[in-house]
Amino acid sequence: MSLSGAAAEPHTEQPFLQHHFALPEQQAEASKIGMWLFLVTEILLFGGLFAGYGVMRMLHAEAFHQAHAHLDRALGALNTVVLLVSSFTMAMAVHSARRGERRKLVLFLALTLSLAGVFLGVKYVEYSHKFHDGLLPGRLYAHRGDATAGQFMFFSFYFLMTGLHGLHVAAGMAVIAWLLRRARRGEFSARYYTPVDLTGLYWHLVDMIWIYLFPMLYLIS
Amino acid sequence: MSTASQAESSPRTYLRVLAALLALTAVTVLAAGVNFGAPSINVVIALAIASLKGSLVALYFMHLRHERPMNAVIFLTGMAMLAIFLMFCFLDTASREPVAPSAAPAAQAAGALRPSSARILRAS
Repeated sequence: MSLSGAAAEPHTEQPFLQHHFALPEQQAEASKIGMWLFLVTEILLFGGLFAGYGVMRMLHAEAFHQAHAHLDRALGALNTVVLLVSSFTMAMAVHSARRGERRKLVLFLALTLSLAGVFLGVKYVEYSHKFHDGLLPGRLYAHRGDATAGQFMFFSFYFLMTGLHGLHVAAGMAVIAWLLRRARRGEFSARYYTPVDLTGLYWHLVDMIWIYLFPMLYLIS
Repeated sequence: MSTASQAESSPRTYLRVLAALLALTAVTVLAAGVNFGAPSINVVIALAIASLKGSLVALYFMHLRHERPMNAVIFLTGMAMLAIFLMFCFLDTASREPVAPSAAPAAQAAGALRPSSARILRAS
């Protein structure tokens, strides 16, 4: 098919198709590539924190080990499970969207949104416990009776990394809520569900980052 | 989308991937409690399991396995850049004398000099 010929036709039957794309498939693939490029910048954003964490842990191994004992391993594991299951429900949402199953799409989006809420709820419980004990980042650190100096460093990274990740979860919830609204209005179909697809990619990346954060912060041996 | 759905994953595949991810999470938690002789072995094991889980997410949930390879190329290029970045940060840290004033006396007092620093001290 010729690109110019296809582009010259009015897209009356496909209102979602932008005029500079010849085919819906081409538009969807271009959107996806854009999303993946964005995800790579996200990986590098967190990568900077991973590097700082790694260097500080090498220099203050004992302090990191002692400090990590203040984290609740069970809550961390629970949140890992919650986020993994939410990734599954998101994958199912994309699957339902691809098949044009609107009710299932709404159901799975709602499930993903609720699980994200549970994740942030658990995080809230953990944070309030840390605040209460004075386990705060940097110069705000007010915990007394530490066996090893430098534990504030662990909590600086703990709050930076889980905080940035939590912001990503919150942003994801906002986008999923918007998708939910659009899905209920029937704006997605088997022919057009790119926003669901791309949000799914983002959500899985947020999950993937937590997969690394959990052992690094909660499981120091 | 005809291009992406040539061999799409089924709900059954997604369920199996979820089961594997949950099992690997249990393995990570258990492995963290085992003494393998050196803490660095635990770190390697934890990161290896995390990478396995991440690969499962990328291949199945993010559809990299059934797509045209362009997105995988972008993703892997990013990961390669990250690996280079991390590798040089850690190589640098591991091959230096302690620079943080607070860390050096404590480490010496505990007799816990890193091999590299010990070597430098012996040479001088």
